[in-house]
Amino acid sequence: MSQKVVAKLEKELGDAILAKDDFRGDDEVTVDLKSWVKAAQFLKEDPDCAMDMFGDLTAVDWPEREAEGEARFDLVLYLRSVEKKHRIFVRTRVADGKEAPTLSEVWPGANWAEREVYDMFGIEFKDHPDMRRILMYEEFEGWPLRKDYPIDKAQPLVEYRDADDTLKLPPFGIEEGQPFGRIDWEGRLEGIGEQVSPSIGLQTGERRALSDSEIAEEQSAELDKRTAESHKPEEAGASAPSEGE
Amino acid sequence: MESKKQMKVLGGNLPVPAFTTKFDALLAWARKYSLFQYPFATACCGMEFFAVAGPRYDIARFGAEAPRFSPRQSDVLWVVGTISQRQGPALKRIYEQMTEPKWVVAFGTCASCGGFYDNYTTIPGVDKVVPTDVYIPGCPPRPEAVLDGLMLLMEKIQKGVHGEPVSVPPKEVPKLAQLRAKKRTGNDAPGGRS
Amino acid sequence: MEPIDEILTEAEALELPTEPMRLNMGPSHPAMHGTIRMVLDLDGETILNVDVQPGYLHRGFEKSCERGTYVQVYPYADRLNYVSPMLNNVGFSLACEKLLGIEVPERCAYYRVILGELSRICDHFTCNGASAMELGAFTPFLWLLKVRDWIWDILEKETGARMTHSFGRIGGMAAPPTPGFKEDVRAILPEIRKVIGEAEGLLLKNRIFLDRTQGIGKISQERALALGVTGPMLRSTGVAYDVRKDHPYSLYDRFDFDVPVGTDGDNWDRFMVRMEEIRQSMRIIEQALEQMPDEGPINVDDPRIMLPEKREVYDTIEATIAHFKLVMEGMKPPKGRVYSFTEAGNGELGFYIVSDGSGTPYRVRVRPPCWYNLQASREMLIGDMIADIVPTFGSVNMIGGECDR
Repeated sequence: MSQKVVAKLEKELGDAILAKDDFRGDDEVTVDLKSWVKAAQFLKEDPDCAMDMFGDLTAVDWPEREAEGEARFDLVLYLRSVEKKHRIFVRTRVADGKEAPTLSEVWPGANWAEREVYDMFGIEFKDHPDMRRILMYEEFEGWPLRKDYPIDKAQPLVEYRDADDTLKLPPFGIEEGQPFGRIDWEGRLEGIGEQVSPSIGLQTGERRALSDSEIAEEQSAELDKRTAESHKPEEAGASAPSEGE
Repeated sequence: MESKKQMKVLGGNLPVPAFTTKFDALLAWARKYSLFQYPFATACCGMEFFAVAGPRYDIARFGAEAPRFSPRQSDVLWVVGTISQRQGPALKRIYEQMTEPKWVVAFGTCASCGGFYDNYTTIPGVDKVVPTDVYIPGCPPRPEAVLDGLMLLMEKIQKGVHGEPVSVPPKEVPKLAQLRAKKRTGNDAPGGRS
Repeated sequence: MEPIDEILTEAEALELPTEPMRLNMGPSHPAMHGTIRMVLDLDGETILNVDVQPGYLHRGFEKSCERGTYVQVYPYADRLNYVSPMLNNVGFSLACEKLLGIEVPERCAYYRVILGELSRICDHFTCNGASAMELGAFTPFLWLLKVRDWIWDILEKETGARMTHSFGRIGGMAAPPTPGFKEDVRAILPEIRKVIGEAEGLLLKNRIFLDRTQGIGKISQERALALGVTGPMLRSTGVAYDVRKDHPYSLYDRFDFDVPVGTDGDNWDRFMVRMEEIRQSMRIIEQALEQMPDEGPINVDDPRIMLPEKREVYDTIEATIAHFKLVMEGMKPPKGRVYSFTEAGNGELGFYIVSDGSGTPYRVRVRPPCWYNLQASREMLIGDMIADIVPTFGSVNMIGGECDR
């Protein structure tokens, strides 16, 4: 449906276009990082394209590409035109540590979208009016949505108090619950292609725990001990009556 | 009147301290029926909080319908919804600004234990930040469970027990409870089917 | 002090040095709509600059999706826009079905439409009711909550939960409609109409309500488009963009409904657009109830995508294996990426799913409508007074779960 737009973009940018894609009807064009702003401006101002509605700007992390020497991140821009009703995706590649040019001059809606990409992936945008974290707090270190950031690595702002008064179990470890469907990201990044379930890897001793589930195991052993102790007077026929359950 | 009735206190069977004076009992009775809330509403549980305050599951019949949006003026801190790490200092500050006597209700699973958001950004339970009195599990809890938790809180206030948290117990279907009781007394039919 | 009737020129007025005051409207605040922090620069009561800081409800949706299978995303997706969870479910289902390249049976599409529109009605009720309450009108809020409870009763009967149902599945829904479904929904529609009439009767001619919403929080059409605003907020500025009309999905092209559009882009227009959308949603529900077939499959009959019937899982070995593989490894879509968008309560809710061929999604990006709506709120607030923050923020309908994910 946006074939016209793709054709016009090709004519305008020529060999800055690296690829084209049409999976399931979503037209997508991959451009060079150098022509990112130029493509965006053209799409907005050209009367046949008239992409005046800013849709979305996001990034995808492909860490295995870095091993092959290519740029790690994909920046994806989604635009729409109100009068022509067509949409298009524009994609570019950004390497880790490199800056990308900002689109907030072209569409002000890209302001927060780029802040979020910076917050989650660590991609900095050159000349952005307000480059700071938006979803996480300033003291947070690291880029959460990168594949090598472990999901349960919390950086608490408030020191946790000692909440020993309840018998709450610790949260699930990363490989508890459903082993097979989970992707072992660290294994993938290290080049271990075969996706052995992380918990099997633990059992055979190949892979260390992906999370602090060892700590969780210690805690739950401690809790089991305490439960056993606190139930002992009950089993001995306690004098203090308890609520019937 | 002091009774031997135990509350469902987790962690053991501790005896309930008796009230020394009738005045304390009267004061506790007055307090429990006129709780001013501070609804620290963040997430989806806020919708069920509205429903509890709504006309059907009326929280006003317990006297607890007055939201005071200032910590200085409220008794109960209702922590409704997920608390993210970023929100932690704000929650702590608000708890510290409340005047005694104060109670904290962890409304919902995310406030009780982090829920299924065990990731880099959620505090696994409000009790990591403030001492909690009542936990109301549920995602979101049904308004009846909320009212149950409120009644537990009121019981707690009446008994004057501070510090030991209570949790809304899961309600068992009566048939299942009978089967479990039978199993405990030695009926070892496999799978509990009789 | 100078006498009041003496006219002062600029040069004669007492020059006092002033500087803007910084006020923090912190993450926990009385406006019930969501947890947000606004750092205001004030000149007296007039807002000079607002720094809107979202992110206080960031719960790691996108990272959590990369951790399980596709079906395990549904509970997280529910809690995105938690006032209309069915719409998120349907949105995610449609995205996965687009990735797979399948279509659901007709009966399921109608079912999704009806449940989705009921959810949308709940969303608009909650937004308008809470807005009214924040302006002091407590009674319409209670009336609208009463109606919302009735709708939640129907949803509870169908899905098992009042709110976050997790009812959508890839290739269908979790369960077929209950036997009395159509009658229940038909019975509630006139009740909704009555309550809307009552609530509007209280609010629409009220001087205070009109003064506090008309002319406040304006945004122009061009700015709205450039900022990526969609939904009732964009329609209140005059752009008739509704995903259900422009890019119909799930049989919306079979229904006859209008798209309400405002003129000024202020709070009043947003309020009225939402009220009118409730009426249009009821029109859609009535038509869908008539057109929906009473029999037929709800789910796509493909064991690689949908769990087989429980009875067969217990009896036949093929169903057991299919069940096992689906639960353990997840449904495996082809490699690629899709973007599928639907009209949620706040605007265009998009799901951008990148798949690498395994049972776990590689990346699930939600295009949240209220993220961009909230970004626009800064421009809407500058120039207004502090007291205008409350109705403006209420009409943006920022739902924290969707905005911060």
